[in-house]
Amino acid sequence: MRLTTRARAGLWAVCAIVLSFVYVPLGVITINSFNSDRTFSWPPPSLTLKWWQLAAHAQGPRDALRTSIEAGVGATTLALVLGTLLSFALTRYRFFGSGTISLLIVLPIALPGIVTGVALQSVIQNVLSPVFGISAGLFTIIVGHATFCIVVIFNNVTARLRRFGASLEAASADLGAHPLTTFRLVTFPLLRSALLAGALLAFGLSFDEIVVTTFTAGPGSPTLPIWIFNNLFRPNQAPVVNVVAVVLVLVSILPVWAAQRLGDNAAAESRL
Amino acid sequence: MRRRLSLAGLLAAPMLWLVVAYLGALAVIFATAFWSTDPFTNQVVRTFTLDNFHSLLSDPTYLRIIARTLLIAATVTVACALIAIPFAFFMAKVAPRGIRGLLIALVLVPLWASYLVKAYAWRTMLGPGGVLDATVGATPGYGLTALVITLTYLWLPFMILPVYAGLERLPDSHLEASADLGAGNWTTFRRVVLPAIKPSIAAGTIFTFSLSLGDYIAVQIVGGNLQVLGTAVLQNITLDLPFAAALGTTSALIMVIYLLAVRRTGALENL
Repeated sequence: MRLTTRARAGLWAVCAIVLSFVYVPLGVITINSFNSDRTFSWPPPSLTLKWWQLAAHAQGPRDALRTSIEAGVGATTLALVLGTLLSFALTRYRFFGSGTISLLIVLPIALPGIVTGVALQSVIQNVLSPVFGISAGLFTIIVGHATFCIVVIFNNVTARLRRFGASLEAASADLGAHPLTTFRLVTFPLLRSALLAGALLAFGLSFDEIVVTTFTAGPGSPTLPIWIFNNLFRPNQAPVVNVVAVVLVLVSILPVWAAQRLGDNAAAESRL
Repeated sequence: MRRRLSLAGLLAAPMLWLVVAYLGALAVIFATAFWSTDPFTNQVVRTFTLDNFHSLLSDPTYLRIIARTLLIAATVTVACALIAIPFAFFMAKVAPRGIRGLLIALVLVPLWASYLVKAYAWRTMLGPGGVLDATVGATPGYGLTALVITLTYLWLPFMILPVYAGLERLPDSHLEASADLGAGNWTTFRRVVLPAIKPSIAAGTIFTFSLSLGDYIAVQIVGGNLQVLGTAVLQNITLDLPFAAALGTTSALIMVIYLLAVRRTGALENL
């Protein structure tokens, strides 16, 4: 586009300002995790690995990390099954109410998270624990996370199914393959990388979720984000919290990076 | 018939999940909003009443909280749009092709970095003796300004991506044509670019508005003792669940009204 030199320079400046606005805070906490001063005075008087060592041996974050991983794996597994089933139903069949179903799939991430959280909490309090004896804990965290992870898997698998169409499966059936054989030899290999990309994204989403989790996690089983939030306002925990925060950024970014390399380029945008 | 059976087989488990676990839960909370709490036993009384909404609308404290939440959501939305539009325009039309992929990745990566950590990062930035204080010599401190900055930071990628997608769809030839017809940069932007990306901007505002409306974590981290809808829900949840449910219903209702309002721009097709 023909822009005046001034407009062009202005837009370059906007780009630089926005990117630094985005990255400076993340850089600051990364540097602060090496800041030798307990209260993070700026600039850091000197750098130290002390807090990383301290965090590596702290029991609280470790337990929380384990809960987070268990919740992430559980929710991702459930979402993989449910999301894949849904995308087969919605891409391979035309039926009455399919529009409503696709809206329903998006709803858990479109409505304010606090509404979903309060809703799930009241179900736990009023139905799950009195009727089934299930109290808030790992299981309820997984249920909550799976509900909004479904959409991520669904988006990835649907994109892949649309791209390939049903002709390969039809060909396999024409050649006499049993539906299960077709799934094993044709459909699944086609979907494999989309499933993996979706699973990584779902895991990333589950790993750093806090809005819904506060309502579904019991007092005994904090996830890593909840642990951070609970310790955020305790000054003597500040250095460890900061290290855990940096770890959380790395752990939630890595799956996205891997997913983008694996899958369709749109994969990482499917959070939207 | 077999097709119908296999469709039912595919849909049964996920629908059971979404309808029972999710819609069921939502239905319970909307029903709870019309129940009340016994002031002596703190037990939920399951008879229909509009008391929660009545006291919500007659109590100036809660009206102020709702107004403040709307103001915050609107300010954050406008700020996100003002930052995102020139940035997305740069990404789509000005930046050399080679670095576009890199720019998109640079915008996407923080979108996935933990929400909590990003709010925490602004807490360390804005705090007394923090980075801003040490380098610039002044900081707004924790409160309304800090919250607006933090929320703008948090939701900015949700605005950049749809606007970028909208600009990608706008052919360069339209900009050329406008320039050939004698329009300056600003006129081209106002008369050609802006109308074309209006639905994309509206799609972005759905995210920024909804996410700001429902936030209650960032408020606690950088908002000082600021009260918004989210924190009000949180405070009432243990003692007066029906009232908390009414507050939650109110924010869902505001969101539905907002969705209906922006639907006319074609925003929903641009999500």
